Amino acid sequence: MSPDAFAVQFLNGLASASTLFLIAVGLSLIFGVTRIVNFAHGSFYMLGIFVAYSLVTRIGDSPFGFWVSMLLAALVVAIVGLLVELVLLRRIYQAPELFQLLATFAVVLIVRDATLAIWGPEDLLGPRAPGLKGSVDILGRQFPTYDLVLICIGPAVLAALWFVLTRTRFGVLIRAATQDRDMVGALGVNQAWLFSGVFALGAFLAALGGALQLPREPANLGIDLVAIGEAFVVVVVGGMGSIPGAFLAAFIIAEIKAMCFAIGQTTLFGVSFSFSKLTLVVEFLVMAAVLIWRPWGLMGRPGAATRNAAEIEVPLKPADARTRKLGWVVLIALVLLPLVGTAFPYTIVLSIDILVAVLFATSLHFIMGPGGMHSFGHAAYFGLGAYGAGLLVKQLGWPMEGALAAAPVAAAVGALIFGWFCVRLSGVYLAMLTLAFAQIVWSIAFQWDELTGGSNGIVGLWPAEWLSEKWAYYYLTLTLTVAGVLLLWRVLLAPFGYALRAGRDSPLRADAIGIDVFHTQWMGFVLAGAVCGVAGGLFAFSKGSIAPEAISVGRSIDGLVMVLLGGIQTLSGPVVGAALFTWLQDLIAREFQYWRAALGFTILVLVLAFPLGVAGSIKRLFVKEVA
Amino acid sequence: MIKPFPALFPAVCALALSIGLIGSAAGQAKPIRIGEINSYKAQPAFLDPYKKGMDLAVEEVNAAGGINGRKIEMVIRDDGGNPGDAVRVAEELVSREKVDLLAGGFLSHIGLALTDFSKQKKVFFMASEPLTDKIVWQNGNKYTFRLRASTYMQAAMLVPEAAKMKKKRWAMVYPNYEYGQSAVATFKEQLKKAQPDVEFVGEQAPPLGRIDAGPVVQALADSKPDAIFNVLFGADLARFVREGNTRGLFKGREVVSLLTGEPEYIDPLKDETPEGWLVTGYPWYGIDTPEHKSFFIAYHKKYSDYPRLGSVVGYTTIKALAAGLKKANSTDTEKMITAFRGLAFESPFGKVTFRAQDHQSTMGAYVGRTTLRGGKGEMKDYKYYDGAKYFPSDDEVRKMRPAN
Repeated sequence: MSPDAFAVQFLNGLASASTLFLIAVGLSLIFGVTRIVNFAHGSFYMLGIFVAYSLVTRIGDSPFGFWVSMLLAALVVAIVGLLVELVLLRRIYQAPELFQLLATFAVVLIVRDATLAIWGPEDLLGPRAPGLKGSVDILGRQFPTYDLVLICIGPAVLAALWFVLTRTRFGVLIRAATQDRDMVGALGVNQAWLFSGVFALGAFLAALGGALQLPREPANLGIDLVAIGEAFVVVVVGGMGSIPGAFLAAFIIAEIKAMCFAIGQTTLFGVSFSFSKLTLVVEFLVMAAVLIWRPWGLMGRPGAATRNAAEIEVPLKPADARTRKLGWVVLIALVLLPLVGTAFPYTIVLSIDILVAVLFATSLHFIMGPGGMHSFGHAAYFGLGAYGAGLLVKQLGWPMEGALAAAPVAAAVGALIFGWFCVRLSGVYLAMLTLAFAQIVWSIAFQWDELTGGSNGIVGLWPAEWLSEKWAYYYLTLTLTVAGVLLLWRVLLAPFGYALRAGRDSPLRADAIGIDVFHTQWMGFVLAGAVCGVAGGLFAFSKGSIAPEAISVGRSIDGLVMVLLGGIQTLSGPVVGAALFTWLQDLIAREFQYWRAALGFTILVLVLAFPLGVAGSIKRLFVKEVA
Repeated sequence: MIKPFPALFPAVCALALSIGLIGSAAGQAKPIRIGEINSYKAQPAFLDPYKKGMDLAVEEVNAAGGINGRKIEMVIRDDGGNPGDAVRVAEELVSREKVDLLAGGFLSHIGLALTDFSKQKKVFFMASEPLTDKIVWQNGNKYTFRLRASTYMQAAMLVPEAAKMKKKRWAMVYPNYEYGQSAVATFKEQLKKAQPDVEFVGEQAPPLGRIDAGPVVQALADSKPDAIFNVLFGADLARFVREGNTRGLFKGREVVSLLTGEPEYIDPLKDETPEGWLVTGYPWYGIDTPEHKSFFIAYHKKYSDYPRLGSVVGYTTIKALAAGLKKANSTDTEKMITAFRGLAFESPFGKVTFRAQDHQSTMGAYVGRTTLRGGKGEMKDYKYYDGAKYFPSDDEVRKMRPAN
């Protein structure tokens, strides 16, 4: 590889960095001010490129028309963003932490299907930018002129934002709100207006990033999730809320990727390996490394004052007699289910899926709710359990029962290692480190063909003979799920659970009364991982196969959605949420053609009707709490 | 206060309700029920036309009186693009909908999960679209048949022409998952056999749907190949082609490319379509065999649109099933398997047979060169390659495929 080649690859990296920066900076601003983890940011990016396509193909023949289309597309999407904020998010700012995430998740589903309905299923490749269609000669290679312009746009936007943030009143307010938004409110600033403004600005920047991609890639339906993943990584590596940090992070990640392609096929220790394969996961490797080395990102500052908007809940208490009675009724109904099941065989199949989801969500709730550790990568332990069990059966010829028993061990070992790093962090940084580890596990499963079957996964994992009847497997799943859920609840009501909760609410005071917060959280993490591993094992044998999807971001997000939907502040929340979400998904996917949008709208209705989650809000109706 | 259990109550009610919603659909002259599973919303570009083709064929079969007097009835499900859900809806179709057989699949890993499901539950499964060789070979079983020409077959079709190019230095670019990997492996192995002095100088495997086209194109150019083998498709292909055109990657180089001639993938390229790539595909505008003509006219009449390759696959899936069911004259799984082994049937591409030894159909593909005509991408100098000629020897197949 010649120095010239590296120099030009460096330029390629710069062009990609500009795009990454534009997507990420809006996300960073929104999070800084509103503390919303905005999943819909990738959707704004995708809408940007689609709207730009429609505009450019109509008025984009001249350079003037083209650039006007870019700005108009961004403006249109900014208005969409504004509407989302006004109509939806504004109603739920007082909800428990992270609840807004649920609403933005619903927006992602709706935007995806709306885009499909409006623009159709085919990829739409836009025309090249007028006046910038060709290439220039750089070191004997043809370099696209448009990419040179892109390289300049990134720093230009950075400069413009720097000007706005430091030289205008709006900017001063944004910075103030990022540091302490309650104080800004107390000083008489209209927070509602500020939040709307920032949200629209963020959407504008994301859409601009998308629109500017039009001459480089087709408008297509897959890019929202790609964009949101990359944007999160950039924001976190740079440091939440830091705009120069986002720029630096975008630069580093884009350059590392470009260099992976530049190195290409190489022989390392006698093994031929294509470095380009590393781009599958390289940004998450970078993120994990940065977060371990600098817990607040490259240019972020240690957590600013976070005063949770929602009121602090009372400690968890054991169920009263009435509740216990109801619990027994439900349990007996579940035990009797297979008797009805012969008439409705699918009920058993769906119930197994629901029970697995319940166990998965309950284990996530354990660390996320009372533990206060928002894991965005809980799928890792699900996947470790599933793959662990699958590999024992396939590679070592273990019997199914033994492999299932080993599933929690495999997951616990993973949680022990990853947890040790993760519990040192807090808030969004912890969330993103768990995500990074999950992505690393995912990429290993995806890439290691000889062992894990690569993208195809492992097939042929069926239950042992005596469990092969559906009702038998149902009872196994029911037993393990009930046992797992009761175990986690029991632990939360034991001194360990209260210590966990103390560590969440006030690490300093917990420390002062002699609780080892680090160890408590670490062990909590491991226990949740182990129980989640059981869910993974049960899942693998109920489906007969396991593929990398089981560890994907999608599953982690599903887990978050279940917990939040049910209500993060109640023990029964994840159970209700998991059952409701799994059942809804099954029903809606069957009954609606645009089932994603239908599911999204259903979630929105639930979000607005039950701002404490379904179980949380119902509980509020019946029980008067002492705050 | 905690109330751990009441939470379950609404879920149970809801469950009961969902069961109640689905009434039993008892017919008079009991129709044959086909359960179809696909990633409709995850892969709409291919599967929208696929469903249209399928609907057309069902209409035709039923209008002609059905199969030995029985109509066919489709029960269609979306698998959400993941194997776990695919297996669940398969269970639902078998247990609740009481379908007689299963069909469908697009992504390889979902196809494989369903293949294994059919073996475990002893259900007949027609894998229509998933390309992975494992469905009929390494993971093959007696319950599963596959319609579409596999990765191996399509790669093998391109090798003879590629060898004729007499290019020494080859570079590869492919999406980093099983389809890309196995296409490249087959192509390399076969090309090496046909042209022993060939040299592989570069390999780029960007993640599926996330190619960074600039660096990939430049890295390929820097490895100074004489020819390039491409397996990218969809949005990745469009990014790669535009970047490659701008940077002059394809100038003076031969490109051999899998699936690029399919309307699903070449149409979005529009005036960016590169000239002279050797591709597999579906030139619907120029196939004048009577069997294709009648399909084309019927399709165009119903939808006022031209068929995509997905339409052909969807249509042929139903036609193949109809032919096999007619021959079996039963929906008994064992009888269906016997009937489908060696079954010959008519498709828009002509006569196709399901091989008895591995249950793979001999449906072929068109191979030709890409060209730009009136601002749109098309294929030229194309020829139909009968799939029957592009298999490994029966001995090799026997070694790969587990005996049942």
